[in-house]
Amino acid sequence: MKYVDEFRDPEVARRTAEAIARIATRPWNLMEVCGGQTHSIVRHGIDQMLPEGISLLHGPGCPVCVTPAAMIDTAIAIAGQPGVIFCSFGDMLRVPGESGSLNAARARGADLRVVYSPLDALAIARSYPDRNVVFFAIGFETTAPTTAMAVLQAAREELGNFSILVSHFLVPPAIEALLGDPANGVQGFLAAGHVCTVMGYREYEPIARRFRVPIVVTGFEPLDLLQGIYLCVRQLEQARSEVENQYSRIVRRDGNRPAQDALTRVFVARPQRWRGLGEIPLSGLGLAPAYERFDALHRFPDIVVAPERIGDCISGEVLRGLKKPGECPAFGTRCTPEHPLGATMVSSEGACAAYYRYRRSAMVARRAS
Amino acid sequence: MCLAVPGELLSIEGDDPLARQGQVSFAGLVKSANLAYVPEAKVGDYVLVHAGFAITVIDAEEALRTLAYLAEFDLEELT
Repeated sequence: MKYVDEFRDPEVARRTAEAIARIATRPWNLMEVCGGQTHSIVRHGIDQMLPEGISLLHGPGCPVCVTPAAMIDTAIAIAGQPGVIFCSFGDMLRVPGESGSLNAARARGADLRVVYSPLDALAIARSYPDRNVVFFAIGFETTAPTTAMAVLQAAREELGNFSILVSHFLVPPAIEALLGDPANGVQGFLAAGHVCTVMGYREYEPIARRFRVPIVVTGFEPLDLLQGIYLCVRQLEQARSEVENQYSRIVRRDGNRPAQDALTRVFVARPQRWRGLGEIPLSGLGLAPAYERFDALHRFPDIVVAPERIGDCISGEVLRGLKKPGECPAFGTRCTPEHPLGATMVSSEGACAAYYRYRRSAMVARRAS
Repeated sequence: MCLAVPGELLSIEGDDPLARQGQVSFAGLVKSANLAYVPEAKVGDYVLVHAGFAITVIDAEEALRTLAYLAEFDLEELT
């Protein structure tokens, strides 16, 4: 077993979709939380296999999309400092802040390196002891332990030229915020499988009880998503609101303890601003006092993160599941992946970019008719 | 962004708890991954790799259980 193709069998997918149709007696709105799931759903046409009435709303689980524009401006300002080597995951480079993108900063001469892992940034810091190497630490609970390990290794080696610009987000507080919003129409959640790989799913149990909402920890392959939807619809039809684990080959209830221990050592929870959602209490991570010396904002005290301004992009409503990309008048016209107005059009995991890539011709045809 | 890819652990190097490394084959493409978060991983296991780190050992029995659950939808239609 290679754990990929086995979970993509189109015949089994078709039968699972039929099973969903057999048990669904009324309309239900489900939200997949993770942008990787959104991408997979649109790419494989999972939403189009579902019976009418079962809608998938696309959630805020794309770190590139929810990183505030002001944070990107801060990254650009740091990258422009003399002697700095600025390291980032590739996804962040094209995201527009208020003052352009990191790519534009690179064109103006900033030394910007695309890395695959925070450990790559650490290796660059070891190789260039006379340069200030800054890593743009974005991502959810899945990614935060990889940043934590880079910080732990840097601390052990007392690497004085390495620091991180922290923009880590926590998913459960965002789900609670969505559920507490009077405009919320989500009746069941597909929880993000890889976040739960690290954190487990105990945190969701009180949320499911309090808001009476089923939460199914779900994977990313077509069969995972369809089974997750089946389990969620079955709970709704039976008036249950429990936490179920579809992704049991990967996710355990307690998650990954060594990774959680590293998070606890290196970070503390803090309030966090989300692009499009505003500030959510204790939904972000900051460095714990013992590691604050690795905070890029401490190393560059003249650079301050500006307050968020609101543009004319509707990504905030898309990220809360209130609107779909096609409902935006700018979609595909004034806003495209080449000239994005907002981050949901930039990241391949943003709902707008996924619709643009896989659905545009059908949407244009529908508008024309 | 939370993309993570399954691969087969081919070898393990070192015993430093922060920097233990493994070679992981992704359908033939071999890359190294940090194993600090999977101290239980053995050569031959499948691990899930994210941003250069193995974050879990894949449970083969649970994978079969999921596929068996889905296979039952075939039977439902026949009966």
